[in-house]
Amino acid sequence: MQQLTEYEFPDINGHFGKYGGKYVPETLITPLRELEEIYLSLRNDEEFTNELLKLNKEYSGRPTPLTFADSLTDYYGKGKIYLKREDLCHTGAHKINNALGQILLAKKLGKKRIIAETGAGQHGVATATVCAKFGMKCFIYMGEIDIARQSLNVFRMKLLGAEVIPVKSGSRTLKDATNEAIRDWVTNISDTHYIIGSVVGPHPYPMMVRDFQSVIGKETKQQILEAEKRHPDYIVACVGGGSNAIGIFYPFINSGVKLIGVEAAGYGLDTDKHCATLTLGREGIFQGMKTYLLQNRDGQVSEVHSISAGLDYPGVGPEHSFLKDEVKADYYSVTDDEAIKATQLLSRTEGIIPALESAHAIAYLEYLMPKTKKEDILVVNVSGRGDKDLDTIKNKLGYSLE
Amino acid sequence: MKSISKYIEEKNNIGEKVFSVFLTAGFPNKNNFTQLALKVLDAGADMLEIGFPFSDPLADGTIIQYSSQTALNNGINLKTTFSYLKEIRRETGKPIILMGYANPVLNYGVKRFADDAISYGANGVIIPDIPIEEYDNFYNNSFNGLDTILLITPTTSNDRIKIIDDKSKGFIYCVSVSGTTGVQYQDKSRSIDFIKRARNAVKKNKTLVGFGISSAEDAIQFSPHCDGVIVGSAIIKSLMNDDSNFKNTMSLVSKIKNVL
Repeated sequence: MQQLTEYEFPDINGHFGKYGGKYVPETLITPLRELEEIYLSLRNDEEFTNELLKLNKEYSGRPTPLTFADSLTDYYGKGKIYLKREDLCHTGAHKINNALGQILLAKKLGKKRIIAETGAGQHGVATATVCAKFGMKCFIYMGEIDIARQSLNVFRMKLLGAEVIPVKSGSRTLKDATNEAIRDWVTNISDTHYIIGSVVGPHPYPMMVRDFQSVIGKETKQQILEAEKRHPDYIVACVGGGSNAIGIFYPFINSGVKLIGVEAAGYGLDTDKHCATLTLGREGIFQGMKTYLLQNRDGQVSEVHSISAGLDYPGVGPEHSFLKDEVKADYYSVTDDEAIKATQLLSRTEGIIPALESAHAIAYLEYLMPKTKKEDILVVNVSGRGDKDLDTIKNKLGYSLE
Repeated sequence: MKSISKYIEEKNNIGEKVFSVFLTAGFPNKNNFTQLALKVLDAGADMLEIGFPFSDPLADGTIIQYSSQTALNNGINLKTTFSYLKEIRRETGKPIILMGYANPVLNYGVKRFADDAISYGANGVIIPDIPIEEYDNFYNNSFNGLDTILLITPTTSNDRIKIIDDKSKGFIYCVSVSGTTGVQYQDKSRSIDFIKRARNAVKKNKTLVGFGISSAEDAIQFSPHCDGVIVGSAIIKSLMNDDSNFKNTMSLVSKIKNVL
């Protein structure tokens, strides 16, 4: 099966329909253009793509398996469930796919200093990892609240030689870490490359990060064709900024596969403690992009909540906003409690402890599976492993290790 | 009411550089902000930039982040900002510019924002997260009666300055150093070199220098190479610790104006 119709987004100005763009202070325009130029010149360059391919294979352990989840399939007694195993990537999540791509670009740009934001710490760990490997100085911005709930990842970053800078402004989570990273970049533009961790921010980041993450979807396509001789009926992935989702969706856009993004409903959509941006947000301009945004009636960005630090973000990648409006993908949400239950379910049926982010995708199966038929095929993206979340899960379940 | 460019030109013609002061609406207090703004004008400011707050001010350093957050805590939004504007305009003929981020404007309604800004007496608007790339996607012809002031920075090439100069109305805001507002100079001579380059490349507009200017001493160094200076963070910082009559802040305003 081929893509049914052409899908060529963003346009040359970085717009996905009305979304995306470059809503940034003037200082950043020149470095964004330099980044775009070098990326466009290298994306099809054989030497560059081979170097990345080799790193993905020999350093990161790609391709990651597509695992048939027979016990989980039996549990629901409906369609066949496959799991794309990004949890088996080096560093434990899909974030490394993007970090490796961008560190090669930083090297080509002659930058010596790398900055990044992180929520759950997975992108921070991936960035610290590639900086160690390539001998770059690494500074990770992380909200104080996230530092407390992901302390294991904070230590991993430090062990890898990165400096973790606590962010005390605003809600002290991912959004504020991103603001601080952008402010750092504006100030240190000449020697610094900013490795954004998701498909957010100004052009070319949403496009570039998508391209680096689309290795997930490309492999999935090949693996499911080998296993089932056809495309899946459904692909399910969690959405915070949305990089793992766009990575697995992208090669399947316009191919007839139902693409489902699952957002974090936190304590519930009827409370103000959630981050279901595509479900309850509206158009806004934020962190360099036009996209769906959770905001109050004055256009002030909302303080949001998810048990999963990686989904705890009031915006979303502009391409997801576009895919939603164009009905090329559907977006739903599940609560903290549903994500915790899904973590237990996947752990006990398949022996896989997913990251709390990925558990949101698993949790949506409760709603989706009853609608499937036995002959349906589903792929769920397990974007990361759950080791980093054990403290949070333990506290939530009231377990004591003593 | 004179246009901003005409006003700057007249000041320049009598041998003065203009001094524009940035205040965050409703900071430090909600109740006497109008009086504060009028005092600043009395103390020597030629123009006023009134910042309307945003929760995520990307281009701002810690001081203006603090004033924005305080303003938000004080319940300031575009509606209250417009009511200050109306009160201040009643008492002065000097140019008043609204400054803030795109999202509150988008929410308020871009056309409604322009219509209200004009009817309450603003002369111009500065929205730092609308670069020329997004200019036509954001501004529409309801801004015809309002100067859209654009920024240039040390990373802006001369070719790009020409395009920005073409689009900008009122003046060109020259950001003297790459960084957020209130940034400290690492190398002031490099900033002065940029301002000289900028002034050479800008043909149509007057050039005002801001971001980093915090004292009369800074103002003396930059003023020969531009048509005026803008001070924000240093004023806000002074207001943070000032008495109820804003005595120290007014003396800072007078001191800077006296050297221009």
